Amino acid sequence: MRALLETRLLPAIAVAAIVIVLPWFFPSMFYYRIGTLVFIYALAVVGLNLLMGFAGQVSLGHAGFLGIGAYSVAIGPTYLGMPSWLSLFAGAALSGIVAFLVGRPILRLKGHYLAVATLGFGLLVAIVLSNEAGWTGGPDGMTVPKLTLFDWSVRGSDTWYWIACATCVLGFVLALNLMHSPTGRSLQAIHDSEIASLVLGVDVASKKLTIFIISAIYASVAGSYLALFNGHVTPDVAGFLRSIELVAMVVLGGMGSIVGSLVGAIVLVVLPQVLTVFHEYEQALLGLIVMVFMIFLRRGIVPSLVAMLKGWRK
Amino acid sequence: MIVLETDRLAITFGGVRAIDGVNIAIESGQVFSIIGPNGSGKTTLFNLVSGLYKPNDGSIRLAGETVTGLAPDQLARRGLSRTFQNLQIFSRMTVLENVMVGRHRHERTGVLADLLHWPTVARQNRATREAALAALARVNLADVAERQAGSLAYGALKRLEIARALASEPKVLLLDEPAAGCNPIETQDIDHVIRSITQDGITVVLVEHDMRLVMNISDRVHVLQSGRTLTEGTPEEVRSNPAVIEAYLGVHGSQEAGRAFD
Ligand SMILES: Nc1ncnc2c1ncn2[C@@H]1O[C@H](COP(=O)(O)OP(=O)(O)OP(=O)(O)O)[C@@H](O)[C@H]1O
Ligand SMILES: [Mg+2]
Repeated sequence: MRALLETRLLPAIAVAAIVIVLPWFFPSMFYYRIGTLVFIYALAVVGLNLLMGFAGQVSLGHAGFLGIGAYSVAIGPTYLGMPSWLSLFAGAALSGIVAFLVGRPILRLKGHYLAVATLGFGLLVAIVLSNEAGWTGGPDGMTVPKLTLFDWSVRGSDTWYWIACATCVLGFVLALNLMHSPTGRSLQAIHDSEIASLVLGVDVASKKLTIFIISAIYASVAGSYLALFNGHVTPDVAGFLRSIELVAMVVLGGMGSIVGSLVGAIVLVVLPQVLTVFHEYEQALLGLIVMVFMIFLRRGIVPSLVAMLKGWRK
Repeated sequence: MIVLETDRLAITFGGVRAIDGVNIAIESGQVFSIIGPNGSGKTTLFNLVSGLYKPNDGSIRLAGETVTGLAPDQLARRGLSRTFQNLQIFSRMTVLENVMVGRHRHERTGVLADLLHWPTVARQNRATREAALAALARVNLADVAERQAGSLAYGALKRLEIARALASEPKVLLLDEPAAGCNPIETQDIDHVIRSITQDGITVVLVEHDMRLVMNISDRVHVLQSGRTLTEGTPEEVRSNPAVIEAYLGVHGSQEAGRAFD
């Protein structure tokens, strides 16, 4: 029993161990900042990976939920007098409700049709955030009040590093739990054959909706963290490019791989920082490196490496 | 007792009457075979009965309840299970996990419990795993339980689908060409598996082109041609019915038909 528990959560435990040791080697605060961004993105990516890599349903509009979460912690404290932490939960609840309303009609679609419908959703959120300038500050965005918990004002990248890290590990644990459960098995089954799942009694529509809502909540919490951490938010947070970035992180790290979600986030957050030394070639090099990764590790970084290791052991 | 019954069932695809007024009545615990030439509507009939297609006309009763128009998952929860002529395997999952999905309708945990890995979930996983292993053992696949399903040979996948359907503990099991593409030894295995299934009181509806298997194992045989009933009877009655032989002659040629009915 104990052994079973440990194998299920092994990826989360390994990640926790590494991120706790890592800061000892950080030469400056800047590294905490990058680490924090990695965890925040990884949180959104795990959620999206549950939907895409695990249940096989694509979303090209997931940054829309990032946006709902981000603006909740901006608008809640500024206009509604709600504390930031409550606004974060309210944002998550709102994202869940929106996912429910949007998911019911569009999750009937498959493949490219679903991709375009979710893309439409993302665009819609970004446009609303730009246009409702009275609440959101329009395209210039708005300032996000600092997070305060019981008179303790949360500031500093090192503090945020630990908060984001703990939340990310919690997100991993919940995702791993889900994968090893009746719901997880039926989601994976839906990915491979909806017909067979139906015939075995799986309520395919409601399972898809469930995972869409869960992944929306992951993205919303990540969006709230991002806004609180940066202290400022613009409609870009919900933009199309941001959605694509999340999808790229999922695919690059490995579809259906929880650790892969972290690796995907690391690569696409850290690499642009490293590549700044190449000035105007930064973007081109980033594109090239991502391409090379996908060509040589075509199932995504983590699943491909795991398969290679297994091959060598034999 | 009649466990599965259709009344003047009909469905049309773009003007083609794929199933055209078919009545069947299947006794509980029997092996009921449906045969007929290619394209005669056997799979379509299964798709109607299992809820994948909605009939244009007629009705379906399962265990005394009218179930016409119900969704496949609702029918599954009422004890109907099936396999597919063109395999529908969860190929990325392990063999065991495939069969564990078959236990879905007996699983009793909610999403929240699943996310938090509540103690009930651990207990549920263990129970599901054991039942799935038992189902795998019945089709002789227990030793490949941890293999990825997609890596299995065709014959093994046919048996895996049977195990997965069995794991749901159905009242009625629809098997669509379980022996297609199997060698004589594998076909023999399928024969044994079907017999053991009926010993559990499960009603088996079999679609199969292997006449030796059909004639050996069936209590009743229903013959379809172009979506309509040609005849129904015991294997002996059907075998000696000139209309049946002719239906097959028209399609397969005399030699093959002769061999099929040996
Ligand atoms: N979804 C569909 N759309 C259009 N036509 C269909 C559909 N399903 C079945 N048909 C048609 O219905 C007829 C019966 O097909 P069906 O697959 O039921 O035959 P079958 O008896 O199972 O044949 P086989 O022995 O080759 O498996 C065929 O003419 C087929 O083309
Ligand atoms: Mg068929």
